[in-house]
Amino acid sequence: MSVLVIAEHDGKQLKPGVTNTIAAAGKMGGEITVLVTGHQCKEAAAAAAKVEGVKKVLLSEAPHYEGLPAENLGDLVKGIAAQYTHLVAPATNFGKNVMPRIAALLDVQQISDISSVESPDTFVRPTYAGNALATVQSSDKIKVVTVRATAFDAAGEGGAAPVENLPAGADLGLAKFKGQELSKSERPELAAARIVVSGGRGMGSAENFKILEALADKLGAAVGASRAAVDSGFVPNDYQVGQTGKIVAPELYIAVGISGAIQHLAGMKDSKVIVAINKDPEAPIFAVANYWLVEDLFKAVPELTAKL
Amino acid sequence: MKVLVTVKRVIDPYVKIRVKSDGSGVETANVKMTMNPFCEIAVEQAVRMKEAGTVTEIVAVSIGVTQCQETLRTAMAMGADRGILVETTEEVQPLAVAKVVKAIVDKEQPKIVIMGKQAIDDDSNQAGQMLAALLGWSQSASTSKIEIAGEAADVTREIDGGLERLSIKLPAVITTDLRLNEPRYVTLPNIMKAKKKPLETLKPDALGVDIKPRLKTLKVEEPPKRGAGVKVEDVAALVAKLKNEAKVI
Repeated sequence: MSVLVIAEHDGKQLKPGVTNTIAAAGKMGGEITVLVTGHQCKEAAAAAAKVEGVKKVLLSEAPHYEGLPAENLGDLVKGIAAQYTHLVAPATNFGKNVMPRIAALLDVQQISDISSVESPDTFVRPTYAGNALATVQSSDKIKVVTVRATAFDAAGEGGAAPVENLPAGADLGLAKFKGQELSKSERPELAAARIVVSGGRGMGSAENFKILEALADKLGAAVGASRAAVDSGFVPNDYQVGQTGKIVAPELYIAVGISGAIQHLAGMKDSKVIVAINKDPEAPIFAVANYWLVEDLFKAVPELTAKL
Repeated sequence: MKVLVTVKRVIDPYVKIRVKSDGSGVETANVKMTMNPFCEIAVEQAVRMKEAGTVTEIVAVSIGVTQCQETLRTAMAMGADRGILVETTEEVQPLAVAKVVKAIVDKEQPKIVIMGKQAIDDDSNQAGQMLAALLGWSQSASTSKIEIAGEAADVTREIDGGLERLSIKLPAVITTDLRLNEPRYVTLPNIMKAKKKPLETLKPDALGVDIKPRLKTLKVEEPPKRGAGVKVEDVAALVAKLKNEAKVI
């Protein structure tokens, strides 16, 4: 058996979640190869080589891999897939975009967003916003899998894998990368933060999110949001925690002015400790909270920031 | 240009689902069903493109049991011109969905296929990207903006760090994210009109597609429940709990 992990990176570093994916790959059995593709990404390949458990890194660079487009990456991976029993990537937007394309090119039914590896062909995956856990067995020759990073501990450092060059594939010319608008923040990344402070519709405005940011900065936390807050334009889309947004499982999750729709709970209910602050004593979020405070957030949050 | 949209019939996302006691799946009998929210966004997008004059015809496709006709009627009440139901009582996994839709695309020759990025029951997020692969077309997954520019489309995608802009060649498969639009409510006159629109029913066999599942579901369970929490009286009590009991700060 041999596993190919398709790495997500920013050219210099691996994205949070990749080391967890490598750890999950380790449970599938066999040697682990990590594929790093992109436009100028040698540093990311060097970072992958240092991850514990990695046997080999394949580096494939070309201008037409900028932005990690699904069409060109799919074509590249299709060409080398036969050497592996498993193709694995994190279930981030990158993995969601690229892996189904690869799976279909190989005539494989992908297994999305696994939370456990039961055996080399059997996996557990959450469905219905995490309200039903399905154990599924694949009959395909190659398993194409995306991994819920929060369900696996990250692989450590200590590897010293060789980096080999993989010649780039063709540019299919189907999509042209025009650019990214990334949210800039000094705070930790939402998916990797130890503490997350999230705001919902109750925040009332973009301006009011400042009081959450002050609390987050005091705690060294990332800032997240419910779908209602994103749809209302208080914060950008990449703040969204939930079934179709980001899945987080920090040590501490503080939900402020969030009622607790099923879709939001799906993204955070695996957090170790959940705190909810809401003035509505009936808010469904309290059902998953370890500690809840029924109080006006505009009074409670500044007070909490001051007391920490 | 012609646009094809896909619509899936799912358990209403606001219904609390129940896992069957024998672990075979999720209870669907006597449960409120509706169109998958991301498919609604797909239909809305196609209708807006038609209203803007970019699109001439909208074909809605659904796969599943007879009752999916209702889902197609809803799509037609929103503004789709006709419907195609590929009728089956079997479980249809994402790769099979992509193969069925490909067979219809081969017949209908649309310029764009718009699909929901994921169905809120199975949460796979695969079918659109798979369809693009099978057709050899460009793809834009999790799309929040679409502008047609001749033989290409300028699209904005929601990605983990923010937004990404691409120019994709047409024909293309586009999957929808939440911020693409806000779907309209269907009106009674439009529901009446939709009843008169053509709805064709096919069997997967007639399309020559093998829909046999590749994944076998061994069991379905409820997730472990979280322990009951405690209410704290004030901020000072909360800070004390976090420091001394949970020890997370």
